[in-house]
Amino acid sequence: MAEEKRRRLALIASRGTLDWAYPPFILASGAASMDWDVAIFFTFYGLPLLKPKISAQVSPLGNPAMPMNMPFGPEWFQKINWPIPNLIMSNVPWFEAMATGLMKKTFKNKGVATVEELREMCLELGVRLIACQMTMDVFGFKKEDFIDGIEIGGAATFLEFAADADVSLFI
Amino acid sequence: MSAQYEITETLDCKGLCCPMPVVKTKIAIKKLKVGDILEMISTDPGSIPDMKAWAKQTGHELLVAEDLGNGEYRFLIKKTH
Repeated sequence: MAEEKRRRLALIASRGTLDWAYPPFILASGAASMDWDVAIFFTFYGLPLLKPKISAQVSPLGNPAMPMNMPFGPEWFQKINWPIPNLIMSNVPWFEAMATGLMKKTFKNKGVATVEELREMCLELGVRLIACQMTMDVFGFKKEDFIDGIEIGGAATFLEFAADADVSLFI
Repeated sequence: MSAQYEITETLDCKGLCCPMPVVKTKIAIKKLKVGDILEMISTDPGSIPDMKAWAKQTGHELLVAEDLGNGEYRFLIKKTH
């Protein structure tokens, strides 16, 4: 089947937090591994995912169901979901940085690749990474702010690709 | 069970999570010749269904997909095109 009609995945990445940064790169690298043609259109808060260093954070305050677990200690300790009041999450300085650190450590312990590694795999497998021209202008990004190998385009560029997609997702 | 196959290359995906075993398999298979057999070892339980789906989509032949019972999974893939 690989030679006949290649399947196609069209993604829009519109979120820039750590938890939302993973799905587009996981799906894109997975699909490209299965010989699909893949493009990701980065718009709004998804744009910083094209910067050389991804500094995405995660917000426990904005994700009320997010488990707050510790990535160290015995298993029973790691399983505790710490009930942290919103009052603390919103007022303690660097709380998000700490939560981000804990999530990154948990991911690393479990063998999850970093977002940068997944993005590298996407590029190696020929995934098209398209930065939205309009939001680049709005937020003041230039092409030089982003990694090499990306394209810049608008809605028509994405839609032209997505028109023949087997799977399209807005993330 | 798979002693009759001549393995060309072995890929170690132990400790890696989804989607890396599939991604690394794809990259490794690209470098092989048609007819070569790639052995891949993983520890991600999801890699059994994932490798089956991967083989179906890519058309490469999944000769063996087995649970070694020690937390490891072993796959033999024949490059077909």
